[in-house]
Order: sequence, then C-alpha cells, then structure tokens
Amino acid sequence: MSAASGASALPDIKTYDTFPKLLRYNAEHRADKPAAREKDLGIWQSWTWSEVKDEVFSVAAGLLDMGIQRGDRIAIIGDNRPRLYWMIAIAQSVGAVPVPIYQDSVADEMKFPLEHAEVRFALAEDQEQVDKLIYLKQHLSTLEYVIFDDKRGIRDYTEDFLYDYEDVRQRGREYLAKNPGAVDAEVDKGKGDDVCIIPYTSGTTGNPKGVLLTYDNMLQAAYAGVVFEGLRESDQVLAYLPLAWIGDTAFSFAQSYIAGFCVACPESSDTVLTDLRELGPSYFFAPPRIFENILTQVSIRIEDAGKMKRGMFHYFMKIARKVGVQILEGKPVSFTDRLLYGLGEILVYGPLKNVLGLSRVRIGYTAGEAIGPDIFDFYRSIGINLKQLYGSTETSVFVTIQPDGQIKADTVGVPLEGVEIMIDDSGELLIKSPGIFKEYFKNPEATEEAKTGGWFHTGDAGFLDEDGHLKIIDRAKDVGKLKDGSLFAPKYIENKLKFFPEIREAVAIGNGRDYCAALINIDPEAVGNWAERNNIAYASYQELAALPKIYQMVSEHVAQVNKDLAAEERVAGSQIKRFLILHKLLDADDGELTRTSKVRRSFIADKYGPLIDGLYSDASTASIETEITFEDGRKGTLKADLQIVDAETVSPSASFSQAAE
Amino acid sequence: MTVTDQQSRIGEQILHAENITLGFGGVKALNDISFDIRKGEIRSIIGPNGAGKSSMLNVINGFYQPQEGTIHFKGVPYRPMRPYLAASNGIARTFQNIALFRGMSTLDNIMTGRVLKMKASLIEQAFYVLRGKKEELEHREHVEKVIDFLEIQAIRRTPVGRLPYGLQKRVELGRALAAEPDLLLLDEPMAGMNLEEKEDMSRFIVDVNEQFGTTIALIEHDMSVVMDLSDRVVVLDYGRKLADGTPDEVRGDQAVIDAYLGVTHE
Repeated sequence: MSAASGASALPDIKTYDTFPKLLRYNAEHRADKPAAREKDLGIWQSWTWSEVKDEVFSVAAGLLDMGIQRGDRIAIIGDNRPRLYWMIAIAQSVGAVPVPIYQDSVADEMKFPLEHAEVRFALAEDQEQVDKLIYLKQHLSTLEYVIFDDKRGIRDYTEDFLYDYEDVRQRGREYLAKNPGAVDAEVDKGKGDDVCIIPYTSGTTGNPKGVLLTYDNMLQAAYAGVVFEGLRESDQVLAYLPLAWIGDTAFSFAQSYIAGFCVACPESSDTVLTDLRELGPSYFFAPPRIFENILTQVSIRIEDAGKMKRGMFHYFMKIARKVGVQILEGKPVSFTDRLLYGLGEILVYGPLKNVLGLSRVRIGYTAGEAIGPDIFDFYRSIGINLKQLYGSTETSVFVTIQPDGQIKADTVGVPLEGVEIMIDDSGELLIKSPGIFKEYFKNPEATEEAKTGGWFHTGDAGFLDEDGHLKIIDRAKDVGKLKDGSLFAPKYIENKLKFFPEIREAVAIGNGRDYCAALINIDPEAVGNWAERNNIAYASYQELAALPKIYQMVSEHVAQVNKDLAAEERVAGSQIKRFLILHKLLDADDGELTRTSKVRRSFIADKYGPLIDGLYSDASTASIETEITFEDGRKGTLKADLQIVDAETVSPSASFSQAAE
Repeated sequence: MTVTDQQSRIGEQILHAENITLGFGGVKALNDISFDIRKGEIRSIIGPNGAGKSSMLNVINGFYQPQEGTIHFKGVPYRPMRPYLAASNGIARTFQNIALFRGMSTLDNIMTGRVLKMKASLIEQAFYVLRGKKEELEHREHVEKVIDFLEIQAIRRTPVGRLPYGLQKRVELGRALAAEPDLLLLDEPMAGMNLEEKEDMSRFIVDVNEQFGTTIALIEHDMSVVMDLSDRVVVLDYGRKLADGTPDEVRGDQAVIDAYLGVTHE
C-alpha cells in the first residue's frame, strides 16, 4: 500500500468499517465530488456525495418511520438506477440487509430468494417488477412493503402495500426534522462483522444459495482491489451489468464508496453503447462475450468501408499486433515502429477507441470465462489496458488480478494483498482471504462443504504457473485423468479449439480412456463465408462439414492446439489424437446444450456412442443415426457416415526443443 | 383509484359528428354516419376492408370535406375544415402507411410535431437567439419527455428510415404526442406488427390515455386489441353504421357478426 498508488487519500476502513460510515466520510471529505450520474431526458444529471448522503439518510429515516427493524431484509429489484444503488446504503444505514435480485428473472424464479431471505421490504424499479411482486405477494408471508421507483403505469394500483419512493423520502424528511440524529445513531450501531449484503448465486445445480457477506469481507476485498489498481476519485464507471451480480456491487458500489469515484447509470439498457461513448469511463468491466461482439462489429464495418479506410485499418492493425502490446507494457520498441504506432494512434486506434467509448479506459477487466487470445490481444494492441481477474460471490470478487505489465492471455493474474491460494491433491483451487463469505444463509451443510478446514473450495481446477500467476483450467468436477494418469481438463482443450472462429463447439473426451479425442462442430457462418471466398460449393451443413478441405483446415487447427498443449507441462499428455466433425450443430432443442449454451457431456456421450466408439478404434469412418428436433417441434432422423481423422500430435520434448530454437 | 374514478375519466362530448355523408363520384364512402367521441375515452372505429374507417378519420382530420352533415369539435361546428386547422385545434394523427421524414432522426421527426407551437421568427430560429433559443429548449424538453415515455432513447439520433417498422410506428405516435393533442387519431397503429410489437403498442396507447388523459380515436383491424382497449366501439360496413356501443354490446350484435363472418350482400 505505497503512497504512490494513491492509498494515502483513501479512508481508513478500520474506522469507517461500514458503507454508511464511508458515505458520511465521503459527504464530509468529498462533498462536492460527483458520486452518481444518470441520463434523464437526454441530459446527464449528477449527484455529489453530500447530496447522496442527504438522499440516503432521508429515505432511511422514512424506513425507520415505517417501522423497519435492524436485520430486516430488503429486496432490490431492477435495472441499474441510482436509487437502486442508494437503496443498498439506505438499507445498511438502518441495519437492514439488502438482497439484490436479478431483474430479468420471471416471477416464479424470484420466489425462491424472496421467500428464503424472508424479505420484509422490497424496492421495485418499475411497473414490471411491481407486477411480479403483486403476483408473488400471496406466497410471501413476510413481505409487507413494496416501494417503487418509477411510478409510470402504477397510478391506478389499489394495493395498500405499495409505496412511492418519493413519498417515503418525504416521510423521512419530516421524521428527521423531528428526530435529527435518528439515522446517525443507527449508522453508529453498525459493525464491520455485520452482514452487509446477501447476494444469491445463480445456482446451476439445485436452488440458489444466499451468500452472507460482512462489511469486513466486502470492504477489505474491494479495498485491496482499489489499492492494487490505484483507483481514485477522478475515475468513472458505467454501471450496466446486472445489479444483483456481485461484481457490479463490488465495482459500482463498494469500490466507489472507498475510492470516491463516480458511478454513472445508462439511460436505458438499450443505450449502453451510446452512453459509453458519451461518458468515456476510465474503469470498465465486460464479460468476454461483449468484447467479442464489439470486435465482430468492428470487423464487419471495416469490411464494408471504402478501400482506402480498409487498407489503412489493416496496415496499422498489423503494426499494432507487432508492437502495440509492448508499447502498452512499456517495453522497448524500435524507433520506426514507435513512430508508425504513433501515426496509427492518430489515424486508426484513437478514432476507433473513441467510437467504442474506450478512449479513457485506464483499467479494463474481463472475467467469467476464458477470453480468446486474439480478442484479448486486439484490445491490448490498440492501447486498452484490458486485464483478467478471478473471483466469485463467495470471495467478495477480488482474488487475483493481472498486474500491469505482466499480462498473459491464459492466466488470471496474481493473488491480491491478503489472499492465500492452495491447490489440493485433486487439483481444486482453495482460497483463504479476508473476502471469504461468512456462511450460506440457512444452509449449514453447504457452508460446511464449501469451507472445510478454513479454506474456501472454489470448485475450479487450476494451478500456479512459473511466474506465480493463477491459471484456471476447468470446473474441478469435470477434470479427469487419462489411463496413463495424465491430467485431462476437457473445457481447457475445448476453449482452445473454440478460439478459432471456424470452430463453433467442441466436446473433448478422455476421462479414463487411452487418449484424448474430440467431436467438433464447425461454425456455419465463418466456414460458409470461407467456403464462398474459396469457391467451394455446398448445399447443406452436413455436406459442408464433410468436405475434405474443411477437414484439412480443422486438422491444422487441432495440430495447433496440440502444439499449445504440448508446451504446457501439466496438460501436455492430453493432446487430441483423433477427432471428427459432427454432421449437425449441437443444439439446446435436442438436449445437447443447456439453454445457456453449455455442453451436456453425459448426454452427448450417450447419444453419440457409436461415434465415440469409432474414435477409440482404428476405423476411419463411423456411422450414426440421430433424432433431430425441428424448430416447429417435429422430429426426424438424420443418418450420416462421418470420417475420423488422426490428428498431428507433438511429443512434449520435441516441442520444448522447438521452442528453444 | 376506485372504479368510479375509472368512469369519471370519461367526460363530456368532445366531438360530435352528425349525418356525415361522403361520396367519391358514385361511390358513397360514408353514408349518413352519426357518432360522438367523449373526452378521455378510447373510441374505436372498426369494420371490414373498405368500410369507410379511414375516410371517417380523414373527415375528422379535415382532409376530406363531407358533402352532407356537420361536425362539432369542442362545441364549435366545423367550417370547411383543413388539416392544418384541425391540427391547430388540437387534433393529431398517425397514418396507416407511415408518413415520417425518413432521412431525419427520431428526435427531429418528433420535433416537427411541435411546429405549430413555435412562435419565434425564422431569423430567431436560424441564429438560435432570443425566442428562438428559449423555445428550442422548451420544445426539446417536451420532446425528450415523449422519447422517455415511448422508451425510444436508444434511437434518438438514428434516421428513421433505418428503423424497423414497429419502431417507426412508435416514432409516428411520438410525433403526434409531441403536439399535445386533445384528440389523437390513430389509423391502424398495429397493422403489420408482430405480437410483441402489438403488446408494446397497446400498452403505450393505454398509458397515453391514462397518463395524459388524451382522447383517442382508433382504427384497428385486430379485434382482440380493439375489444381490450376500447371504451366504446362504432362499427362501419360499406359506409353505413352497423352498431355503436361498448365492446360487449358490439360483440353480440348480429349485424356485426354477419359483417365479419360474411353473409351475401344483395
């Protein structure tokens, strides 16, 4: 925590050990600095820290007047609006616990967390959310008050448990006039080890779990992140990811209260890109998918641009690929290249970043899943300091972050201050840090399981590389071993394959087998486009997938993946020996993928049994008959003879000698 | 609000049409039609193709001059009515076939709805001085409220020609709303829309009516929409009035059933 990182200007979180106390600190020391922004009627409105404190304390007093008790739970449901963020602090000010709920859940999905958390109050953003709560009200015995932010469409509602946010605030102002110190007294009662928020994990298996996080958890984890990156008052973020997601709470709430920077809310969920461009945030987070989409759009628009622009773009992108990353990391680069890069900045990179709203990004994060190295390098090469981080709800987000200047596309960085990492015998990543959650709400068995021996069991398999960077390879339960004992991490291999735009989906097989094999799905658009450019005619996906030229191209990709795998000691043993290209796209309608596009391994293993048998024999073809579901629900069968190809593999020693050349 | 409040939403007559007859050569588009529109209600005009619905709207709008009959609007009889007179009297409309300025942005298109309320001179507007500046800000604020209301912030700067059909319809509604009309005429606002777009549009129509208290006269083909939204419905067929009443009354009317299910006309 050197002074150089700006830590000297930060509040002491031992004294200001809750968010409401930090808010008081900010209202005093950062009174006129902007705390929140929102675009309303086309104009950006902003609130200073002292205004926010006034607002928060007024509404909090309103809640006191309504009879809120310490420990009551308040659900917060809606899009990213300043009032919803304020409600987190409002609840905390009177000792209540906020429970953010995903705003796009349908009513029945909301029922579980609302019921489980026994919420007594709820803040609903608009009519849509109010309707869901009215529908659920009869099932929720504890819910007594529903406060709404946007009154549009709610004017005629007759339910007596509905309250307008503005009325509550007015009530609070009157209450404060009579009891001036009421909220301050409640804030003073707050302690660092009180529960400050209960986010519910999405729960891909079973019911969602409520994660109890204390002020100490959130504050210390977020503080470590603030210090690590040197975040300061002048920074700015655009809060556009779901409010109920812990990452958003960490970036747009916790870190903002510590570092004092301004959180801007978009005008609507459709205007995010425009708002991004207008604001030019300096601190930006997006999942890999969004970076991927932006890059695709850029590529498409460049291909549609005039010849000269296109030529210029490709020329300077070549320069950027060559030296951009080095320049970003402050490494030495030849004078000519530096000059050309400077010219590129004026002509291409600068305008491009400006259009994307990323001109001022000082720190950009991506996390959640693996990002393709090409995509990652694209952003870094045009001068955007994009980095990866690792964390989860249970760890109050911040576990590892890539330090500036030590960025690798396939790691998630080094542990933050106070974080200890251990890899157990099964390869699972265990964590000890101040951010580790207190317990799962009303679920001692799950808590016991996740926190055995004082370590948090992440469920992710990973390892530390030679530079001490954490590398996540797969979910621990999916990681297996080949017969010869070498590590087999299917998702790690599949991701490497999927980074090629021509490969849409891949399924790696190998647990308990002699070698690793793969089923591959080509991407109809990318490959179709490629076929068109190369004058290859085809009539159907099945035909396209079976073309020898396509096999040849995929072969080369697989060989490249094998080469990459061989270069890494731990996974070198699980190179892909044989593969085939599937005759149909894996589809959620056929049960092969989940609705969130994750591969359902066991289902595929059953369905494509004959193909898998073929992969583990000497046969050069395998035939299969599968049932397919058409979009209108009719079913049909699809028969195919598929070619099986031996892939080029590299013996680890050979690759190491190659690398030495 | 209580049920009586709901009913008190509807006030006295705002428009009264008596014995309207409109012919084009030998064709009688409208034949002796009488009906009224009350303040604050959603009034629908329905009927099969060629029933005279759009003609009726065009008469109210002043686009066509009926050969016979009179119309009172806000108690004042129509002299020979012209569209611009109708507009300045507080009647705004949308069109069956979208009539927007395709090259202009959503914002500018909606701004044109304010044109009758602009009093500044050309010079003041061109140089953005004096009343020109003051008015521009006031009108822009109003337009932004409309944009916010219709949830079209994301397309504020997009030329409307590039927008999908459903959104263009919404922009057109926005332009009509910008004029702060007393009577809003909607000519098939949901024609050609998919289910989701129809639901959105229905919600906007109800919201306009409830929040601004705007009286709405609606022409629509989609019966389920009409029956859900309307306070009262008038049914036309071949230029004649078949029925007039609440959705329930109209639904049970034998003449209406015949017209919709089809009987041979002699």
